[in-house]
Amino acid sequence: MTMQSVAGDVSGAEVIEGRSLWQDAKRRFLKNKAAVVSAFVFLFLCIFAFFGQFLSQYDRETIDFTLMGANAYKGVPSFETGHYFGVDSDGRDLYARTVQGLRISIMIGIVGSLVAGIVGTLYGATAGYLGGRVDGIMMRTVDVLMSIPFMFVLILMLVMFGRSITILFIGVGLISWLDMSRIVRGQTLSIKNKEFVEAAVAIGVSPAKIILRHIVPNLIGVVVVYMSLLVPTMILTESFISFLGLGVQEPNTSLGALLNRGAGALQSGVTTWQFYFPLTVFIVLLFALFFIGDGLRDALDPKDR
Amino acid sequence: MTQPILHVRDLAVAFDIRPQGAWPWTKPLKLHAVGGVSFDLAPGECLGVVGESGSGKSTLARAIVGTIPATSGEVLFEGQDLASMSVSERRVHRKDVQMIFQDPLAALNPRMTVGDIIAEPLTTHYPQTPASEVKARVGELMERVGLLPNLINRYPHEFSGGQCQRIGIARALILQPKLLICDEPVSALDVSVQAQVVNLLAELRRDMGLSMIFIAHDLSVVKHISDRIAVMYLGKLMEMAEAKTLCTVPQHPYTQALISSVPIPDPVLEAARKRPILEGELPSPLAPPSGCVFRTRCPKAQASCAEAPPRVEVLEGDHRVACPFHAPMDVLERA
Repeated sequence: MTMQSVAGDVSGAEVIEGRSLWQDAKRRFLKNKAAVVSAFVFLFLCIFAFFGQFLSQYDRETIDFTLMGANAYKGVPSFETGHYFGVDSDGRDLYARTVQGLRISIMIGIVGSLVAGIVGTLYGATAGYLGGRVDGIMMRTVDVLMSIPFMFVLILMLVMFGRSITILFIGVGLISWLDMSRIVRGQTLSIKNKEFVEAAVAIGVSPAKIILRHIVPNLIGVVVVYMSLLVPTMILTESFISFLGLGVQEPNTSLGALLNRGAGALQSGVTTWQFYFPLTVFIVLLFALFFIGDGLRDALDPKDR
Repeated sequence: MTQPILHVRDLAVAFDIRPQGAWPWTKPLKLHAVGGVSFDLAPGECLGVVGESGSGKSTLARAIVGTIPATSGEVLFEGQDLASMSVSERRVHRKDVQMIFQDPLAALNPRMTVGDIIAEPLTTHYPQTPASEVKARVGELMERVGLLPNLINRYPHEFSGGQCQRIGIARALILQPKLLICDEPVSALDVSVQAQVVNLLAELRRDMGLSMIFIAHDLSVVKHISDRIAVMYLGKLMEMAEAKTLCTVPQHPYTQALISSVPIPDPVLEAARKRPILEGELPSPLAPPSGCVFRTRCPKAQASCAEAPPRVEVLEGDHRVACPFHAPMDVLERA
């Protein structure tokens, strides 16, 4: 205790604000330079993804006929024509398409990790806290769901219900919580044997309240870290699906679909920028997210305390 | 004698232990943590429970509080059987029996402020209490247990062990329980703080008319606060008597060994005294010795001890001893 807080104790008049573990974690996170820079980069990418289209005079689907047949030398990235990232091989503005693709990718990542965070946490915490037979049934269900090859099911769903972004969101949401529930259950098992949980039982707090008030807040560190690492995984999954041509449909696009087209262009060797611009955005996004996840893990790791 | 507030009869707690690598259908082993403990607790009385590690003290406390189900026997609290109550009935009843835990910091949720922790019993049992009243009550109690009320928004990790234990005490007392169970409340604290906390408990008990069960493995701490002391060994009660009687004229060989193991802070006396020293380890509660559980380490053990569990003999002044060969130890030799 510092002298100052001792003085505060003695006066006893004003209420002293405590410093919660969250505030400690925030301080540690802010000390991590790579994580802070990445957080700003991610913020910038989000702003870019949602408002970037206003900077361009072109939209994502209109073909610029003035460049017809001359994409390879007139459609190069240039500020003069207003095609900042050039045009794709169809003559559509690549800047507008990248902005829109990034938006879809970020949304997929956030939806996937939010579903994982909410469903997975509640499911895992309930299974872990109740234990016994309930735990057995709940976790074996997860095992069964995990044993189904997810990519195969997602592709089947997209084929059966039509290729739409909604199905993709549902598909990603359906599987993303499985891993999370396992991790959370494991953590819950160690938390539920702590004395403060026993104290809550002895006080007479109901099981639902114990899970929500005592277990989940102590899990959040692990959950947040895992969620932040899940965002890139979800983006990669979506990119893979779109790369196969099953995800987002024209004229909409996503980073995966753009890379798919770009890879084709790379092969023909004409509009090669079509590959490099989305790739740069993609790599910057993934790196930023991984560094944020890393920073969160260091900040929230209970062993650091 | 007045109606006891707590009446425990033949309380037994056993845990199922599945040996590693056993088949799923093999019968699990029974670990008898507490076997056939009986006692009464008068209103306002403080019963100390002592015993070495693994003697079932904490399990006894948890079975009374109800966080561990009892295998058999009954626990009557003000005449009502706690064990046979439904879960929701039981939850309502919890406000009368509160508990203080061994590890002060671990017993507090690290993500909650001290104010929320102390208020939790109140907001759980009386959810309609207005926030201002909750805050007033919490402040009042914090003052009562020797914490400054302006620390209400702090978090447990910002407090010392002794302060954390005071928070635990405040939480246990906010509903004005009738029975307070202290599970080794001072063993994790250092000696100077131990005295403060024990004195605080003694004071609160006097002021609030609490009945208490005070568990510790340190006889000198228990002696200070308790009216009566019960000695446990391997889940069984060995001896139970008035605190003073038990410490001056212990009858059971195990109690005698326990008392003589307390060091005397005088090297001459310490070197001069004769004392029965216990050899060996506590037997495994998975396979307790037949008959008297203490016989494997007892200096007075006879062949007959292995046959049947010893009958509890009641001596003068409600002094109960579970040993047929009980005899007072020479007190002069001890001190």
